[in-house]
Amino acid sequence: MAIRYGFFFDASACTGCKACQMACKDRHDLAAGLLWRRVYEVAGGGWRQEDGIWVPSVVAYNVSLACNHCQNPACALSCPVKAISRRDDGIVLVDAGACIGCRYCEWACPYGALRFDPRTGAVSKCTFCHDDIDAGGRPACVAACPQRALDFGDLAGLEEKHGRVREIVPLPAPGLTDPALVIRPHRDAGRAAAAGAAVANWEEV
Amino acid sequence: MIKKGPTAPAGPAAGERMVRTGCPSHNCGGRCLLRVFVRDGRIVRIETDDRPGDTLADPQLRACVRGRAYRRRQYHPDRLMHPLKRVGGRGEGRFERVSWDEALDRVAAEFKRIKAAYGNEAFYVPYGTGSYNQINGRQTAQRLMNLFGGSLGFYNSYSWAAISAATPTVYGTCVTGNQRQDWLNSRYILMWSWNPAEMRDGTNSEYFLRQARERGARVVCVDPRLTLSAAALADEWVPIRPGTDAAMMTAMAFVMVREDLHDAEFVRTHCVGFDASQMPAGAEGAESYTDYLFGARDGVPKTPEWAEGICGVPRGTIARLAREYATTRPGVLYQGYGMQRRAYGEQVVRAGCVLAALTGNVGLPGGWAGGIALQAPDGGPLWLVFPTGENPVKAAIPSFLWTEAVLRGRTMGPAEGLRGADRLTSDIKCIWAVACNALINQHGNINRTARILADETKVEFLVVQDNFLTPTARFADLVLPACTQFETWGLEDGWKYGDEVLLMPQIVEPPGETKSDYRIAAGIAARLGLEPAYTEGRTERDWVAWALDYYRRTRFPGLPTLDELERSNAGVYSAPVTEPAVAFADFRRDPAGHPLPTPSGRIEIFSKALHDLGRPAEIPAVPKYIQEWESPFGPEAVAYPLAALGPHSLSRVHSTMEGVDWLEEAFPQRLFLNPADAEPRRIRNGDTVKVWNDRGACLVRCRVTPRIMPGVVALPQGAWWTPGADGIDRRGSVNVLTSERWTPLAFGNAQHTIMVQVEKARAD
Repeated sequence: MAIRYGFFFDASACTGCKACQMACKDRHDLAAGLLWRRVYEVAGGGWRQEDGIWVPSVVAYNVSLACNHCQNPACALSCPVKAISRRDDGIVLVDAGACIGCRYCEWACPYGALRFDPRTGAVSKCTFCHDDIDAGGRPACVAACPQRALDFGDLAGLEEKHGRVREIVPLPAPGLTDPALVIRPHRDAGRAAAAGAAVANWEEV
Repeated sequence: MIKKGPTAPAGPAAGERMVRTGCPSHNCGGRCLLRVFVRDGRIVRIETDDRPGDTLADPQLRACVRGRAYRRRQYHPDRLMHPLKRVGGRGEGRFERVSWDEALDRVAAEFKRIKAAYGNEAFYVPYGTGSYNQINGRQTAQRLMNLFGGSLGFYNSYSWAAISAATPTVYGTCVTGNQRQDWLNSRYILMWSWNPAEMRDGTNSEYFLRQARERGARVVCVDPRLTLSAAALADEWVPIRPGTDAAMMTAMAFVMVREDLHDAEFVRTHCVGFDASQMPAGAEGAESYTDYLFGARDGVPKTPEWAEGICGVPRGTIARLAREYATTRPGVLYQGYGMQRRAYGEQVVRAGCVLAALTGNVGLPGGWAGGIALQAPDGGPLWLVFPTGENPVKAAIPSFLWTEAVLRGRTMGPAEGLRGADRLTSDIKCIWAVACNALINQHGNINRTARILADETKVEFLVVQDNFLTPTARFADLVLPACTQFETWGLEDGWKYGDEVLLMPQIVEPPGETKSDYRIAAGIAARLGLEPAYTEGRTERDWVAWALDYYRRTRFPGLPTLDELERSNAGVYSAPVTEPAVAFADFRRDPAGHPLPTPSGRIEIFSKALHDLGRPAEIPAVPKYIQEWESPFGPEAVAYPLAALGPHSLSRVHSTMEGVDWLEEAFPQRLFLNPADAEPRRIRNGDTVKVWNDRGACLVRCRVTPRIMPGVVALPQGAWWTPGADGIDRRGSVNVLTSERWTPLAFGNAQHTIMVQVEKARAD
């Protein structure tokens, strides 16, 4: 059976240190302002005073996200010149030479994975470090994580090992695109929605 | 269990070479392995440790965001490339390029002049950690100074002053920590003011905590901020008002003793000063610890109700944590360093150690004695072994009191921490600052320090050696451009923890006219007639070989030679930790046969030595909560109602790596404050705010977040002081707000004890 690559992200262990993001930037030489992997800080909840003492009910965790190399990539469907394709192993790639820079795909992707690169005039995104993978290596982000909270591999295998959670706040419903992503949720994820938690670091992602 | 990843990561591409090296050694708290890819003499990519296995005994040393972003520092357009001499007033930042000959001739001439006029006590090579491996950094200058007749010495640091002074008052030693793999034996871990995810307190500490938790340890984090560590590593976050940790610890002890949850047998056999029955000779009638807990002398029982009003932690939470820690054994109470960089920082250190003793967690696998916790069995890494030689000047000051030695050195005495002499013969007249931005940027009260350094009648000659024109360098008379650690040879070992030595071969050529710290010092030595004695004919690489030999003789018998290490391109030599050492195991088993190096031989809950100082209000003999000199409870809180913290940020190592665009993108400099403080001030997320007190002010954008306690703001330390024409800092440099006042016992910095006000900034 053909392999389909996916990412595993352990939100319960991620400290939000962004080593994954930085490894990606260095590996792919991305200028400041261009992020293929981003670490979203999710925060919410609040404080109440009880007998003059401030008591928190705060939720906080991180979501490290690159491209989820979806089975039904909304980006590719939106591209008027068919510059986005999906390999047999599931890796979704942008052909920068074919891209006309219309940026529809940026709007279409529910994960914010597509990023316009003003240096090339084309849209860009996570390549799954396919050159490294094809040579037997690992994606830069996975190899970087000091918490060993990222992994990659055949999606079916990842699901067998880690379950099938693909949706925690702030991610969209997975049915839209069928992302190749498995998440181990943080302890706060279950009450994030009720606490009104949302991305708290938009300026960083 | 540890995953084993594929062992064949991508190697160098055609035309590239890959060098394994220790990450440039700044004072970050980690020591990590990099794989540096070079093409055409330029670093094109940086990856991290890929050694197969990645076991808990010998884990990969994976670099953090700062090491991964290092190319952007290495090739930053602001790198210093040439020697500069000052042409404007001190601190105006106006410089002119000069030749190396002119620069080094000037240094030598000034050294000779000042030595003749004032003697060697007038020289000072200050505390600075911007370059911190065997032959890069201030020790290269100290070696020359010692050959030149010496310079005023210093002791302690801006990191650990109170904790390194207070820990031995309890245990007689600073070697109070188990090897970290032992955390996996713990059932309960209290992370108190400890934030390894943002400061990196030893490479892999976060990873070991994760493993401990996955094995069932419950982890609780006490901190005013819901830090990255609190969110990711702990099961529960307990916010606490800054500067009140000793009160909460005291109330926890109260609960343990009142409810008979403490390990009474261990206290009876291993401690002194717990109650009236075990007071040391000569202090029989003094206040014991239980006297203090139950208010026998001061009439105030230290109940959770008492602590609640001080700490802002609910009384029920305090009592619950006391019960959890006392009954879920073995347990760790890890004391972070932030809470001891405060007004009475010694107290919180002693209070935490006492809780470890009361719960009987000392000398126990899975337990933890607390305090500074240098690693058993031998204190861990050697830090610096490069031979600086003996300093002929015996006088030494606390590192934080150098401005006092500039202003009034000749009147300083032991009461201000002077050691090795009763009086100084000179004020500081000449400063040679190497890899040191602690003169301006990292010292308390920048505006005051700037006035002191601007006065050319005080420090008559200031030479600064660095990679960038730092805020400190802007006050220099002469700026000498040092190369980075990728551009010369070096060697580092494992910071506080770590059982490894990392080789740092020269990877690329120094750009422009930059030179290594060692080569610069050798050039000055030549002009003082000291070059043969200084270099002993050795190159940088030769000194690395010398240091490797030293490590082989002391901690690492199997350490390969430099030639072997270079040939194998291993980058690191590590000693796997299969049976983690436990501090005080012998003492626990046999306290009479293996007494502690304290006066009593026991754990000193009551310290007779501190008692004899006769300053109970500031240095009590049992640990106490003392209201800080700037506090929400003092009159200063009317004008300045917010407690301000200067935490570490992952965007910098202290002030090193400032201005690296990838890091600024990841962790922008912001003032963090709670919505409860923002809303009444009509401050919205992202606004530029003014933060100020009597000492200074800065303008900085804010982040409104529930992840910080109401009444507390945080401005990450290390941002480079950037004053506008109005004197107001524009970068968010917290030290315009901090104070130069020092702690009573350690003479340490208390830079986190500050109160401020915040308002929405008017548009400029």
